[in-house]
Amino acid sequence: MVDQALLSLAKFLPEITLAITFCLALLVGVIFRSRPRLSMWVALLGVVVSIALTIREMGITESVFSGMIAVDPFATFFKLIVGSSAIFIFLFSLYSAEVLSTMKRLVEYSSLLVAMTLGMYLMVGATNLLMMVLSIELTGLSSYVLAGYTKEASDSSEASLKYIIYGALSTGLMLYGISILFGLTGGAMDIYAINRALVTSPVNPIALLVASLLIIAGLGYKISAVPFHFWTPDVYEGAPITITAFLSVASKAAGFAMLIRFFKIAFIDSSAVGLPAGIWITLQGFEWNKIIAILSVLTMTLGNLVAVWQNNLKRLLAYSSIAHAGYMLMGLAILSDKGIAAVLIYFVVYMFMNLGAFYVVMLVSNKTGSEDIDSYKGLGFRSPFIGVSMVIFFISLAGLPPTAGFIGKLFIFASLLDAKWIWLAVVGAINSVISLYYYVRVVRNMFLRDPDENSGPLKFSVPEIVLLLLLVVPTLLFGLYYSPIVDFANASARMLGVH
Amino acid sequence: MVLADFFQWLQTPGLTHFLLISGILFSLGVFAILTRRNAIMVLMGIELVLNAANINFLAFSRFTTGTLDGHVFAIFVIILAAAEAAIALAIILNIFQNFNSVNIDEINQLKD
Repeated sequence: MVDQALLSLAKFLPEITLAITFCLALLVGVIFRSRPRLSMWVALLGVVVSIALTIREMGITESVFSGMIAVDPFATFFKLIVGSSAIFIFLFSLYSAEVLSTMKRLVEYSSLLVAMTLGMYLMVGATNLLMMVLSIELTGLSSYVLAGYTKEASDSSEASLKYIIYGALSTGLMLYGISILFGLTGGAMDIYAINRALVTSPVNPIALLVASLLIIAGLGYKISAVPFHFWTPDVYEGAPITITAFLSVASKAAGFAMLIRFFKIAFIDSSAVGLPAGIWITLQGFEWNKIIAILSVLTMTLGNLVAVWQNNLKRLLAYSSIAHAGYMLMGLAILSDKGIAAVLIYFVVYMFMNLGAFYVVMLVSNKTGSEDIDSYKGLGFRSPFIGVSMVIFFISLAGLPPTAGFIGKLFIFASLLDAKWIWLAVVGAINSVISLYYYVRVVRNMFLRDPDENSGPLKFSVPEIVLLLLLVVPTLLFGLYYSPIVDFANASARMLGVH
Repeated sequence: MVLADFFQWLQTPGLTHFLLISGILFSLGVFAILTRRNAIMVLMGIELVLNAANINFLAFSRFTTGTLDGHVFAIFVIILAAAEAAIALAIILNIFQNFNSVNIDEINQLKD
């Protein structure tokens, strides 16, 4: 037992690094009181080291700590997504007027960001119900505090209140669902054991449906799927932009990783034989993929339709991120490895374009103090580079070529057509058209409207521009040269214990 | 006669009794969350939901599995509930300083 735990430690280095970084960031903050920025650099360094250690884990498929956590290509992939977005967020924070205005609390800010990253690293690998709940809570508790980081601002504290109430409620629902599932499967906590129990002895289908709906409520809240999305617009609008960007990319990625792993392992018929390679089927009498398909249609339709009416750009991006969650859910509903690989491709692309869009919003709000779409009038003339970058991100979010967003959508729709889910593909395509409308509305404000009388050109510093380039270049590059991410995603769609 | 049967049933506690209690507790919790306007009351509703899950874990552990897994789970849930309450109360305190109220209907600056 002890030997096994010690052996597991060697496969657990990225998480250990983050845990140490969390403590170090706090300590450095206490020791060097006069230099709060120092703990942010420590935190940044820790995340970089954890990414390096994660890269070293590539290709390993193993279960550590007696089946608590899986270290497999799937988890590694999502750790890289979460880790790199954490790095981007730290870099954004160095230039965010909002974050720097509360310099005194920068220590808490950086250490909580590390704790949140740690929670997400655990989320993507959790294969035990207890571990799933604990990692969701670790992520959640840190993000509730971070959402209200600028606590003097009433918007920010309102966001954190709404976040924690919805968050605690959905964790409660999920726990109740888990407790029912625990009883149904005769005390199984490991998701592989749950699958074995469900395959060998069929259970009451209604009880199983109720349990899984409650669990979907918990996970759906994390990925902000409709109808569990109510917190998303308010929290995204009220929280500091850096945190909003982190929630919309990393938190969603971790939630998706957990959702995919849980449903793919616990609720597929693992005893089925004679299926074509890369296709799986649901348990007899429990077609959970239909539920996911319905959620996906609701999510993207509501996200896109409501986004059309928004005037605050952060709120608009919140609804757009809800819609993107809907597109990605389609990849899970079709039950094939190709669909999962398409979701992974989408996440790489989504990370660059969504972080980019939020970064531009942050830069502009640093200068103008407003996130209103009207304040973007003539931005293309006041700062051509920023304007053009925003157009690229929006084209990509809408899914038009030659940007990376097009590639992401292409693979999702290709896998849908492959699996003969034509109606879902049609709904997705109609939604993409709707989304074009509200993205173009912002672009029109930037380029076809004259700036206000008394507004001069906006100047940005060189590092800010370099950071923007780091996001713009991949968004364009992956639209033209996408084979590396496709290969990487295909190699990463493998999970521990699934053939 | 029916009443006598009912009392008979009550006197021999089994899994169903505990599941029934937890179901009632869960419903009360959700009811409190949906109807209460005071943020602290909403939090208490959430605690009820968490405790309903705990009763389920313990009942299943005692009556069907015979292992300690359910107990361990319940202990972790209690710790989670404490951590969540600590952070939620801090946030509510902060809300009170900003809004002078903890009525969640009045805290709605962020709107479409």
